[in-house]
Amino acid sequence: MYELAYSRPASLADALALLAEDEGAQAISGGQTLMPVLRARLAMPSRLVDLLKLPELAGIRAVDGGIEIGAATTHADVAASGEVRAVLPALADLAGGIGDPAIRHRGTIGGSIANNDPAACYPSALLALGASITTSQRILAAEDFFTGMFSTALEPGEIVTAVRFPACQRARYIKFRNPASRFALVGAFAAQLPSGTRIAITGGGHGVFRWREAEAHLDSGGTIDAITEDMLDLAHFTGDLHGSAEYRHHIAAVIVRRALTALA
Amino acid sequence: MTAMTAPMGKFGQSVKRVEDSRLITGNGRYVDDLVLPGQTHAAFVRSAYAHARIGAIDVSAAAAMPGVVKILTGQDLVDGGLFALPSGWGLTSIDGTPARVGVHHALAVDTVRFVGEPVALVIAETRGQARDAADSVFVEYEELPAVVDMVAALGPDAPQLHPDIPENRAFTWDIGNAEEADAAFARATRRVSIELRNNRLVPNAMEPRAINAEWRAYDGSMTIHLTHQNPIGMRVLFMMLLGLESENHLRVVSPDVGGGFGSKAPAYAEELAVAFAARAVGRPVKWTAERTESFLTDAHGRDHVTRAELAMDDHGRFLGLKVHTLANLGGYISTSNALVVSYMYATMLCGQYAIPAVHAVVEGVYTNTCPVDAYRGAGRPEAAYVIERLAHLAAREIGVDQAEIRRRNFVRAFPHQTPLVYCYDSGDYEGCLDAALRLADYQGFEQRRAEARARGKLRGIGLSAYVEACGIGPSKLLASLGGGGNMWESCEIRVQPAGSVEVLTGAHNHGQGHQTVYAQIISERFGIPMDRITVVQGDTDRIQAGTGTYGSRASVGLSAAVKSCEKIIEKGRQIVGYMLGIDPGAVDFADGIYTSAATNQTVAFTEMVHAAHAATQFPTDQLEPGLVATSFFDPPNFTYPAGVHVCEVEIDPETGVTEVVAFNAADDFGNVANPLIVEGQVHGGLTQGIAQALWENAVYDPDSAQLMTASYMDYGMPRADSLPEFGLAFWPSPTPVNPLGMKGCGEAGAIGSPPAVINAVCDALGIAHVDMPASPEKIWRLCQERQEAL
Ligand SMILES: Cc1cc2nc3c(=O)[nH]c(=O)nc-3n(C[C@H](O)[C@H](O)[C@H](O)COP(=O)(O)OP(=O)(O)OC[C@H]3O[C@@H](n4cnc5c(N)ncnc54)[C@H](O)[C@@H]3O)c2cc1C
Repeated sequence: MYELAYSRPASLADALALLAEDEGAQAISGGQTLMPVLRARLAMPSRLVDLLKLPELAGIRAVDGGIEIGAATTHADVAASGEVRAVLPALADLAGGIGDPAIRHRGTIGGSIANNDPAACYPSALLALGASITTSQRILAAEDFFTGMFSTALEPGEIVTAVRFPACQRARYIKFRNPASRFALVGAFAAQLPSGTRIAITGGGHGVFRWREAEAHLDSGGTIDAITEDMLDLAHFTGDLHGSAEYRHHIAAVIVRRALTALA
Repeated sequence: MTAMTAPMGKFGQSVKRVEDSRLITGNGRYVDDLVLPGQTHAAFVRSAYAHARIGAIDVSAAAAMPGVVKILTGQDLVDGGLFALPSGWGLTSIDGTPARVGVHHALAVDTVRFVGEPVALVIAETRGQARDAADSVFVEYEELPAVVDMVAALGPDAPQLHPDIPENRAFTWDIGNAEEADAAFARATRRVSIELRNNRLVPNAMEPRAINAEWRAYDGSMTIHLTHQNPIGMRVLFMMLLGLESENHLRVVSPDVGGGFGSKAPAYAEELAVAFAARAVGRPVKWTAERTESFLTDAHGRDHVTRAELAMDDHGRFLGLKVHTLANLGGYISTSNALVVSYMYATMLCGQYAIPAVHAVVEGVYTNTCPVDAYRGAGRPEAAYVIERLAHLAAREIGVDQAEIRRRNFVRAFPHQTPLVYCYDSGDYEGCLDAALRLADYQGFEQRRAEARARGKLRGIGLSAYVEACGIGPSKLLASLGGGGNMWESCEIRVQPAGSVEVLTGAHNHGQGHQTVYAQIISERFGIPMDRITVVQGDTDRIQAGTGTYGSRASVGLSAAVKSCEKIIEKGRQIVGYMLGIDPGAVDFADGIYTSAATNQTVAFTEMVHAAHAATQFPTDQLEPGLVATSFFDPPNFTYPAGVHVCEVEIDPETGVTEVVAFNAADDFGNVANPLIVEGQVHGGLTQGIAQALWENAVYDPDSAQLMTASYMDYGMPRADSLPEFGLAFWPSPTPVNPLGMKGCGEAGAIGSPPAVINAVCDALGIAHVDMPASPEKIWRLCQERQEAL
């Protein structure tokens, strides 16, 4: 790690000011992505602005027709939350399957989505459920928020403050784990919403995306068994040591079928 | 607090490890915990290239940075008289020439040969300053083509790593008898053959490598605090390499060591460079590897490519075996690797079977990868994998059950002289097989397979009957094979006036539970509570002689302890003779009490101890006061632990994921001193072996020779939740080669399990072979082929 300054602002306004006045400053939340990067000297921020204890980013609240989760809420808190489990059990399960207990007690939903790792779990839930993201500046739909691998619509210095999900009992996340990292080699989030079936896939390599062909197939009365990788563009997938593009492509279809079967 | 009767030790009892509470409450003391007055810190400048010519090294910017004390390059070390790292084992090729050992400088001179090889060393006031300055050392590299694959490395177009070593071939060594093997093959009516890869592994000790070296200019002596499995061995080696005057000019201390698995047994470039640096700057220098450095430079394990063929008669009786192995050495020959790939590997190729004619060839090949050395099992897992995969294929070929093919070929009489140097001391292979089959409910397997099929899963069962060699010795035999070190162990027992006992051993405990087991054995012999016994280890100022811990050799050190106990008890007999005024020959000793049957008098062990120190009750001109005994035990032979592992897997054909659903092992470790500790050792070994078969794999990019699996994001470590509950049984045939009848257990799990897992996978899929690790994608593709074939 390189030497750097560290601040723990007391309010969102202070945090925004600290980020605005120093171009080299970077926000840190749970640090479960950023700390390994700093440790390996792959980034060199001049200052870390710690968001973890900001009151504006805290808490889990029932809101009209759904639930709002503060950006600094840890994965462990989401997994253990009775409120989340009551309205959106699949999300509690997803959070409970991220990394290991140490990661889950530090890592946060805001950090996860701001980072938008192409193998992260949360982005698939946000996209499939049509969640909205509240930032220090605006409210964004998940569709508009995730813009590609490791990239989001966030402007420099913009802070995610909360994520709002609709209630949904009929949703399921299946993570096919990378045997080494236990990130998603491929992950699929399937949800039955009033507007129809929504399927989002993570782990493909280019970032989270919706499998619209399978959604359309189901919404027009097609069967789960008829969903195969032939309906899925192979170009969404890249390969690495742990699985070729072809393999990930195949696994995506398998776990989508399994998630949908579990819902049916 | 109420007084408690401290527990007495007993051989064979599951005593809880007494060292654990200290370690798990954070009271361990590791090398990195030590801060010395005037402490400085080291950071290495490492090559990002796998193969390159080193040009100019510009240290000027780095030298001007804050806190920098000194910067050293490879040339500085050579100019300072530092010797290159040696190969600790002399191997002779078939043509009679000695192995070609590429010169291995502690810091590369002229050429780098693997990614991460150290090129320069920065010493600074803080660790961060050293790191910062290391980033500012500019090294000019002229990149050379790199080679990772051994077949390619031997080929005509391969880049040559060492100037005087053509074809990158260090040696072509053989063992056994080629003509006899050919004759057996000519006679044979049935054969099976296999080509396999034994995948490269990264050892991953929890505590990374670390050193803190201090130089005393006033008398030219040095103390090295080193996380190591063999501090005494390192003292001699470092003394010679650094050119120190004598053993008394070097003290090596290995305090608590957080795991080794063999990877803390070699002499390493970094540690040697840091020791040199301490002398150069005249202040203590500390270095602790970061995890990435561990991945890149801790000696890796395994990495063989093997072709093997087994000749049989129509009944599946094994007649002959031919094996050809390419052993990847990495860029240099690490300390023990020439031994590991030869006498620790090829000698074990017969496994548990009476195979009359065998010939094995091992070619040692240099590639642009991290040097390889001993890793849990060290050669023996590679051998077990070859013969146990062949046994599996033999059963298929002959059309008999996996267990039956083994029964037909087991060695049944002991001692058994193999055609490969070693002589198996004792065993009951069939009894052990039956014990394992009972444990695994082998009979019920087909029902479980059918039940799994109904759930859409492919279930398979695999057997592995391994034998290995532990407690290496005697020294003379090893020397005759090319060894460069003693193979005995020493033990000094000091009984203090108030009755507590200090045990000094050259063996080094880094997870094996020595504190507990030495105490158990000595407590039982002296009849004193275990908590009176303290094991002292790991400091050459206190323990002068020994061999360290590797190759499951606890039995050797414990045997030395038993000898010292006997000497103490015997001296006590003489003292008691004087005390009671009777002939020492008439004094009995049992349960901590000396008795005279004739006079009905008794003297407790502790009373005898007081008397020994008081020296008032016997003539000191005839019997020396004090109570200290030192013994050396040079084992007359290796011990040969053996066992049968039975693995059951379920494969999801849709995803290719393999789950180990049951794993049972019956092992012959000889007498078991502490079943709890032994089970822990087996659990750990099985975990590492199963992980090799399914997840662990060190992968270098074939072109750039970059290590692709240099972190836990990409290197698949085992997790407890990926493993089944293990079923274990002991089936002991005590060994005659040491007084305790113990054989050793530390590596067995890692030796027997990989072939059991792969045999189970092959059984599930009905295929001949799949290379490790049996990753989901590989298995999925095999399932696809299988589907198409149906
Ligand atoms: C071993 C391991 C295993 C893991 N396994 C999984 C897994 O299975 N699935 C999974 O999804 N993830 C996994 N993760 C990642 C984990 O979930 C991280 O916690 C998460 O990705 C980042 O959250 P954080 O709070 O730690 O963010 P940090 O590391 O603190 O920050 C990450 C990035 O987001 C920015 N940032 C943080 N908070 C905000 C905010 N509120 N507004 C704007 N920008 C912000 C930071 O500036 C930084 O660039 C794993 C991580 C590790 C180390």
